[in-house]
Amino acid sequence: MGATVITITSGKGGVGKTTTTANLGVALAIMGQRVVTVDADIGLRNLDVVMGLENRIVYDLVDAVEGHCRLRQALIRDKRLSELYLLPAAQTRDKTAVNPEQMVELCNQLRPDFDFILVDSPAGIEQGYRNAVAPADRVVIVTTPEVSAVRDADRIVGLVEAEEKGPPTLIINRVNPDMVRRGQMLSTEDVVEILAIDLLGIIPEDKEIIISTNRGTPVALDGRSISGQAFRNIAGRLMGQEIPFMPLKGQASMLDRLSRFIRG
Amino acid sequence: MGFLNRMFGQREPTSRQIAKERLQLVLVHDRIKISPGMLDQMKDELITVISRYVEIDADGVEVTFIQSKRQSRLTADIPVVGPVRRPLPKAKAAQAGAGGDG
Repeated sequence: MGATVITITSGKGGVGKTTTTANLGVALAIMGQRVVTVDADIGLRNLDVVMGLENRIVYDLVDAVEGHCRLRQALIRDKRLSELYLLPAAQTRDKTAVNPEQMVELCNQLRPDFDFILVDSPAGIEQGYRNAVAPADRVVIVTTPEVSAVRDADRIVGLVEAEEKGPPTLIINRVNPDMVRRGQMLSTEDVVEILAIDLLGIIPEDKEIIISTNRGTPVALDGRSISGQAFRNIAGRLMGQEIPFMPLKGQASMLDRLSRFIRG
Repeated sequence: MGFLNRMFGQREPTSRQIAKERLQLVLVHDRIKISPGMLDQMKDELITVISRYVEIDADGVEVTFIQSKRQSRLTADIPVVGPVRRPLPKAKAAQAGAGGDG
């Protein structure tokens, strides 16, 4: 049957594509899936450091595409999880080092050995994005509840719909339930209404993400943090499980509760 | 002050509501690739054309795009004052009159 290729993209930079790719890779591998994460951000390699595998790179994606090594040699196995691999990007080249056809071919070579191939897209809508989306069976769009990120996500929805990839699904990252309740942040419902695509998951804002990224140990390795749990839920949904969205409870302040009480 | 307003229900729109409205507006134009300027031009041309047939309140015309899911729909809300004031054409007169009277 072969792997499902899922491309994680966003339009805007800095919304959490790489963190999402790393954590979904970890979470799927914990659930027994054979997973390879592919860093398609050639020239701005980062998935390796987020996964904590930066010291083990010998060959990269461009080496494999150009035939300087066998594809198998460029894959780095994550020692923490036996069925998780990384295909790192080249750091010294740029987006034009590979083309969409080569990315499709690369993923086709990987398909027989894996259940999931997660492609981490670069920001933007130029060649790097097209390289990342070309092999996708499904596209997942990451956004945050900010006007700039949602606007760029909308642009990507339009581009993905123009290709025949099926409708993309949405992950909303860095949701702060307290701010939403105080009317200071777009809610997940607002963002879903605006973009009008299906919601795949919600990641609450969580300091643990920064701490775990400092260490190179994705939060999903340890299911105790709220964000780690959120990533595991998304992984379950990607495997076809029905998992309800977690209730996001903020800390209601005394004043908030008082004012709601008075207003009724 | 903010909390007093909230307590006594004097609601200014929250920044969340403002963000949502701004996004919905900007995405209408992003999606159909028409600038606000072009929309105004289209509105003016619509008014010109419709005024040939019925008298309308040009200041009350509202032309907007609404979204349902990812489908855009153009709606025009045009207040009609009455029939156009020039004598209504018999077939031949209509042909002749159409060019002159704006």
